[in-house]
Amino acid sequence: MPVPVLKQGDYLIATIQSALSDSGVIALRDDLAERVGRFRSRGIIIDVAALDVIDSFVARSLRTIALTAQLRGARTVIVGIQPDVAVAMVQFQLDLAPLETALDLEEALALLGQRGRNSDGHER
Amino acid sequence: MDGETARIASLPPHAPDFDPVLLTELVSHLREESAQLREEWVARIKEAQLLGVMGADEVYSEATAVYDNYVDALETGSVESLQAYARDLSERIIQRGVETHEVLGIVLLLRDVLARSLFRRYQGDPGLLTRVMDSYEPAANRIAVTVGVSFVEERERIIREQQAAIRELSTPVLQVRERLLILPIIGVLDTQRARQLTEQLLAAIQANRAKVVVIDITGVVTIDLTVANNLVQTVKAARLMGATAIVTGLSSSIAQTLVDLGVDVSMIRSVGDLQGGLEEAERLLEEAPNIPDGPETELS
Repeated sequence: MPVPVLKQGDYLIATIQSALSDSGVIALRDDLAERVGRFRSRGIIIDVAALDVIDSFVARSLRTIALTAQLRGARTVIVGIQPDVAVAMVQFQLDLAPLETALDLEEALALLGQRGRNSDGHER
Repeated sequence: MDGETARIASLPPHAPDFDPVLLTELVSHLREESAQLREEWVARIKEAQLLGVMGADEVYSEATAVYDNYVDALETGSVESLQAYARDLSERIIQRGVETHEVLGIVLLLRDVLARSLFRRYQGDPGLLTRVMDSYEPAANRIAVTVGVSFVEERERIIREQQAAIRELSTPVLQVRERLLILPIIGVLDTQRARQLTEQLLAAIQANRAKVVVIDITGVVTIDLTVANNLVQTVKAARLMGATAIVTGLSSSIAQTLVDLGVDVSMIRSVGDLQGGLEEAERLLEEAPNIPDGPETELS
């Protein structure tokens, strides 16, 4: 099942709704990279609230997506990690760095808005 | 929880060499003499200085109820109603500080008082006396065990409830202001409590949409490696959920322990005391934008 991607202003929002397969990750990566270019997006928000498990495969996939997007000029924020998922990730020493995380969509939008200004040194 | 009492209740009502006619006679004797025997029993309780926390009237009225239940149990061989009464009584008296030895003591006293009375009555006929005692003793012992076990089980139930309540209260997560949570930890931090703390904190971050959490461990005296790692994990997990954790009140001995144990402290944002931690938290909250694309003048 393809991951739906919505465009909101300068940002793209991808909501992962079920476990990702290898081909799903590649499709999402390419889709996001392509849209970042097409819409001149400045940020990507990936919502993983529906995931019960974030294992090393998912973590690596998210990192791959983020690095690809970064090369295309967009930063990525992961949102919606559930409490038990967070605990499990920490216990398995899975780190999402250098990805940024936020509680929910609203937080992520705030974070991207703030970082955009800070990195530019001036308001858009 | 009722395993033991259920097992006792399911035993056959009477001993194998039980003589129904004799028992009926014995019971009616105890009923006839009840007023006098009760007095004697209460006097013996007072003499033994049992149930000191209860008033004389109270002891007498409970004694009356126990006596009647006791004789009923002797007659029918069924301890169920006595069991229910014992549990109810235990619930009332445990809170007043009545101890196990007192409960067992009074039941055994009653057993002795009744046995003496039977002895006095049948001592003219040793053969009959032996048969009476054969009927009486197993039943009386079984009653004593039932009452004792009911009391202990009731007490264990209360202890379990209190433990649950303490666990519940031991890790409060408080909201100081919007987006800011505070988690004061007092007392011994063991593995189980540390895990519970993580769960409650992360759930609270989600529920309150917290941005900053201050974990204050001023009240924690010592910490071990497992708990220290757990604390670091909690900080990391909070980070994954988009919240920054600030740890305050690390005593010098705990700080040393953490370093000596080789815990990865680079992750921990630490401030000396709770006040400093709250100030730091306020600063972080002011930096953080509250409304996406909101009034930009607020930000430098």
